[in-house]
Amino acid sequence: MVLNSIEKLLEKYDNGETTLKEEQRIKDYFAQDNVPEHLESYRLMFQYFNNTKQELYTKDVPLKPRKSYIYQWISVAAVAVLMLGIMVPNLFGNDVVTPETVYTQDQLEAYNQTKNALSLLSNSFNESASNVNTLGLVSTNFNKGAENVNRVSEFAKTTNKLVKRKNTQKH
Amino acid sequence: MTQTDFTNLVMPIKDKMFRLAKRLLVSNEEAEDATQEILLKLWRNKEKISDYKNVEAFSMTMTKNFCLDRLKSKQAQNLKIVHSNYQDNNTSLQKQVENKDSVDWVSKIIEELPEQQKIILQLRDIEEYDFDEIAKVVDMNPTAIRVALSRARKTIREKLTNTHRYGIK
Repeated sequence: MVLNSIEKLLEKYDNGETTLKEEQRIKDYFAQDNVPEHLESYRLMFQYFNNTKQELYTKDVPLKPRKSYIYQWISVAAVAVLMLGIMVPNLFGNDVVTPETVYTQDQLEAYNQTKNALSLLSNSFNESASNVNTLGLVSTNFNKGAENVNRVSEFAKTTNKLVKRKNTQKH
Repeated sequence: MTQTDFTNLVMPIKDKMFRLAKRLLVSNEEAEDATQEILLKLWRNKEKISDYKNVEAFSMTMTKNFCLDRLKSKQAQNLKIVHSNYQDNNTSLQKQVENKDSVDWVSKIIEELPEQQKIILQLRDIEEYDFDEIAKVVDMNPTAIRVALSRARKTIREKLTNTHRYGIK
């Protein structure tokens, strides 16, 4: 009885018409050992199917979390801010604060007076500096004169030697 | 989607992916590599995964396409290396051992089937997908799938009975 129905199922199976449930019945039937010889080829098939189903994928898969690029972007932003910090004062350097815009009249007057006084000071300082220069000039001249005097004294030495010789010749 | 979410989603499928890859690529190592590559691809697109209604069918389709591509490029490569007139008369020890186990004949016979039939047989008889699911993966209508399946099953049985009766191979 069972064999009969299995054979019918197998025919359907060969034609690709069995449902999954029916195929399960066939598989269950062939899971047992005593199968009629003319169905041996089916037994091999289903046994093979059953064996392969046990095969598992055992390799590990290295799943790396996606790299976040936020730190790199932060560094880029930092560089941009730095560049801006350098560039902006240069670009808008024209309206840098001047004394006229910031200070009151009194302060300005005081500022100008101080400025005048300082320029006066610097002028007289420059003058005296030029005096010092002339002094330096004088000193160089003096040095030259001293050199000349040295030469004169040398000359005097030689004349003295000559005079001495003459005197000895006379004696 | 965190790594645990992803693992939970993909874990049940990865063995099926591996078996399909092995069915097509035959070699264990190549199937492992292929599976790993596909899993990594899925991981890289994990944001989009949740948009797919059927992650399993999607992954299996990916596996199928990936392996077929691999086979294509392998065939292109092999053309240069393969000696068509060379035959190995001394079957390796491993093969001899394999041949002893008649169940492995089945796998040898399936290896000779056309790719399309291999995929369908794998999905139906081993992974036990219903025809609608198979239709999604192989992009065929159920009738054509039935025909291909029936052809594959009959071929296997025919070759098996021949092997048994005459001891061919």
